[in-house]
Amino acid sequence: MRSQTRLPAAVAALLGLSALHPSPAGAQDVERGREVYEQWCSQCHGSEGDGQGPAAEYMIPRPRDFTTGLYQIRSTATGELPTDEDILRIINEGMPGTTMPGWEEELSGADREALVAYIKTFSQFFETLGAPEPLEFPGAPGASEERIAEGRLFYDSIQCFECHGAEGRGDGEASSTLQDDLGNPIRSADLWKAWTFNGGSTVEDIYQRLRTGLDGTPMPNFSDLIDAGFMTDDQLWNLAHYVRSLSPEETPTPEEVIVVGQVAPGELPGQLADERWGQAESFYVPLVGQIIENPRWFDPSVDGVWVQALHDGSEVAFRLTWHDRSRSPDPGWLEWQGWVLDAMAPREGENLEPAPRPDGITVQFPPTIPEGMDMPYFLMGDGSNPVYQWQWSSVPGTAVKAAARGLDIYEPLGAEGLTSEAAWEAGRWQLLLRRALVPADPASELQFEIGVPIPIAFFAWDGDNSEEGARGSVSSWYFIQLEEETPPSTYMAPLVAFLFTGGLGVLVVRRAQRRDREVQAAAAGIVLPPEPRPQMARNFGFAVGALWLLFALAAAGNSVGGWAAGQTDVGFWWAVITGFLTIAASVALIGTARHRYQGPRKS
Amino acid sequence: MARYERVLRVLAPAVLLAVVGCGGGGGDAAGGGGGGDAAPAEMPFDVATAGNITGSVTFEGTPPPPEVLDMTSEADCAATYTGDPEVSWVDVGGGGLADVFVYVREGLEGMSFPVPGQAVVIDQQGCQYRPLVAGVQVGQSVAFRNSDGLLHNINASPTANRPFNVSQPVNMDTEREFAAPEVMIPIQCDVHGWMAGYIGVVTHPYHTVSGGSGAFDLSQLPPGEYVIEAWHARLGTLEQTVTVTTGQTAEVTFNFTDAMLSSAGTPTDGPHDHRTMARVGGVAE
Ligand code: HEC
Ligand code: HEC
Repeated sequence: MRSQTRLPAAVAALLGLSALHPSPAGAQDVERGREVYEQWCSQCHGSEGDGQGPAAEYMIPRPRDFTTGLYQIRSTATGELPTDEDILRIINEGMPGTTMPGWEEELSGADREALVAYIKTFSQFFETLGAPEPLEFPGAPGASEERIAEGRLFYDSIQCFECHGAEGRGDGEASSTLQDDLGNPIRSADLWKAWTFNGGSTVEDIYQRLRTGLDGTPMPNFSDLIDAGFMTDDQLWNLAHYVRSLSPEETPTPEEVIVVGQVAPGELPGQLADERWGQAESFYVPLVGQIIENPRWFDPSVDGVWVQALHDGSEVAFRLTWHDRSRSPDPGWLEWQGWVLDAMAPREGENLEPAPRPDGITVQFPPTIPEGMDMPYFLMGDGSNPVYQWQWSSVPGTAVKAAARGLDIYEPLGAEGLTSEAAWEAGRWQLLLRRALVPADPASELQFEIGVPIPIAFFAWDGDNSEEGARGSVSSWYFIQLEEETPPSTYMAPLVAFLFTGGLGVLVVRRAQRRDREVQAAAAGIVLPPEPRPQMARNFGFAVGALWLLFALAAAGNSVGGWAAGQTDVGFWWAVITGFLTIAASVALIGTARHRYQGPRKS
Repeated sequence: MARYERVLRVLAPAVLLAVVGCGGGGGDAAGGGGGGDAAPAEMPFDVATAGNITGSVTFEGTPPPPEVLDMTSEADCAATYTGDPEVSWVDVGGGGLADVFVYVREGLEGMSFPVPGQAVVIDQQGCQYRPLVAGVQVGQSVAFRNSDGLLHNINASPTANRPFNVSQPVNMDTEREFAAPEVMIPIQCDVHGWMAGYIGVVTHPYHTVSGGSGAFDLSQLPPGEYVIEAWHARLGTLEQTVTVTTGQTAEVTFNFTDAMLSSAGTPTDGPHDHRTMARVGGVAE
């Protein structure tokens, strides 16, 4: 990539194109900016800054056309130019949720500033309009339950739901009709995923976007409401707090191992709405467009799925949750499909028409648990290494089993033994899948084993985004591990050890107290009767110390085992116990050693 | 209606404050072009020498039927129509062709004119812009009015001027001005995909929009030769050269025909126009 892009840079310099973009910024800055731009930005944003680089057609949203002077992420009012700091911030941090990368690590500070100077030369507005005035943003008031609740009221009364949906998942009534300034389809943000917000995920970022809007997109600004006195600044902060409260505080990072928790036999939830799901840990698995095999798909709609899983020793149940703006097939989205296909499909040589297509999700396993890392190809296996799948589709709405030998090459295995239940509500699908650990047909279906990592992968399709077959979202291989049965002795052993150790401890303390009394008595000139069997008591102290040390070692073993099995809580608590036992053992051993028995005291 | 009440309940204290306190919205210039000369207070020529242009816009052939708008998502708006909500982009109901922006394109270079103090009002009523097409002078206010009491946003996508996107969740006015001439600036409501409108911005007062009969007047022009352009959202543009002499009234007729109906796009071929066409067309089926 590097050497390819050097060439145009050199040609441009030769042709003296710098004369085309005179600018008050230091000419050297601009010159350096051009070099860096040609090398790193022109593939997407185009050498002319018109957003039409060779890679541009493979992304939605398309790269920004700098000749319009239109910027989404600003600290200035709608319609104003961005400040230099605004542009620099985007260059540094990129735009989450889009293909625009951050460059803070890759480019020097001077180069990034030179880029700001150069990008500005593409639009005459930076010359004709003066330096923009940033809006005054008061500091954020802290979040509170009341603020969030009031923010929710405003979310409804200002009718954010028209675009963002009743629960904020981007599924509003208008969401199938939205286009950006270039006429490309644009999704209203899913407010449950602050990590995809173009302008950053903090409550300050959100507040600023509400004040400025995202020019060039349907997202309007709300400053005029404050100016006209319809709303106070504080109330807008409440709204920002409400929006922020919908997403987790931290961006979810995928865990490699999805723990399948164990419940007592017969306690496995059989329904989506079962309260017991509330206790099951939720693991986020990000999905990306399938861009390896043709036809590739660069505009995936489903970008992640939350996985919860439980087993009861004989069956395993999964609850999958993912956001999808419509319950496909929905005729209201046919026009949207046309826009998406116009923008993306021809790139892959596909000439497709909008059509009613269902939503779908597929959970994939190897047919048998592999030895080591020897797994089938994650994109649905291949001719020699098939995969085992559970395929669910919104039409007819149930799940079936299948073997796949390559993307979209399936051999049906019926539905026997696989139960499913699905529901779509307010921009969210939930799907329950349940099967016995031992399959109906062990020759073609995976047998789940307890305590062993089992590879798992996910595929998702949003029919109303014209997704089907290879056009969809995929994950790489992850692992599930069914929690091992914890025998009752695991709980009993520490208890017995605890009581036993405690009893011994009391004896040791008793002896120490006696020594203290002897010393005090000696000082007062009183002679206490000699300690019975002194040597034995001493040996007893050593024995208790040694025993504790042994317990500590055993606990350390349990702790290591827990960590290794991915049961971090077990590992942690055994580590704590190890610590206590080690301290107790040291005190007993050292204490006994220091208190040498000196025979009966004399007055 | 229920929704409006809810808005009021939440917003009521703030509204009260507004009425007592600050009053109307701001009037930020949305324009490019930079400061430039302040507009003069007087006409830059001797008005006693002025002449006039009158004319009419006609349409020959079969007009496309009005486009039916699917307003099921906004019952309050739909309720303002008797029968199906619809919009006529080629409106010949009054005998001539309405909604044609007619203005002096050439002949006034170098002259600067006083800016009217009064704002041009574009009302959002029944989930449509009224009027669909409006003209305004550089620096003159456009008041976007929400009479529907439900959420509209006004997303303007000019190229010579700065874009803006403002929201109006309640009945309110928002004023904006444009700093550079531009024919035409598309405006769009993203909440109601069918809502599209156009604003023509010129440097002088000699612009108008044809009424139902197709008739228009451009009066009190300095004597001289002018290129007059007539712009229609679906039919494109026509132009004529007209000579204005003192005290006389020149007559002009613009004849649009159904052959000029393009299904592909509109004269300004901006993305929004394409978008509007596609969307309104789709809804009409
Ligand atoms: C992989 C493609 C890609 C590359 C490479 C890339 N960009 Fe971008 N950039 C984008 C896309 C896509 C957007 C628009 C995102 C949107 O509209 O939400 C964008 C937007 C921007 C914006 C507009 C920010 C705003 O507020 O609207 C700036 C500034 C920018 N890029 C600068 C750069 C610079 C400087 C470089 C080189 C160092 C660069 N980009 C490289 C894809 C790219
Ligand atoms: C007319 C439709 C529309 C309305 C009304 C609307 N939004 Fe948006 N909003 C969008 C779209 C479209 C985007 C995505 C913009 C993008 O991806 O560049 C967005 C993005 C956002 C974002 C993410 C900003 C970022 O940095 O990417 C937030 C937060 C947001 N909206 C909150 C709100 C709130 C709160 C309201 C109500 C006060 C609201 N929106 C009203 C269409 C709308």
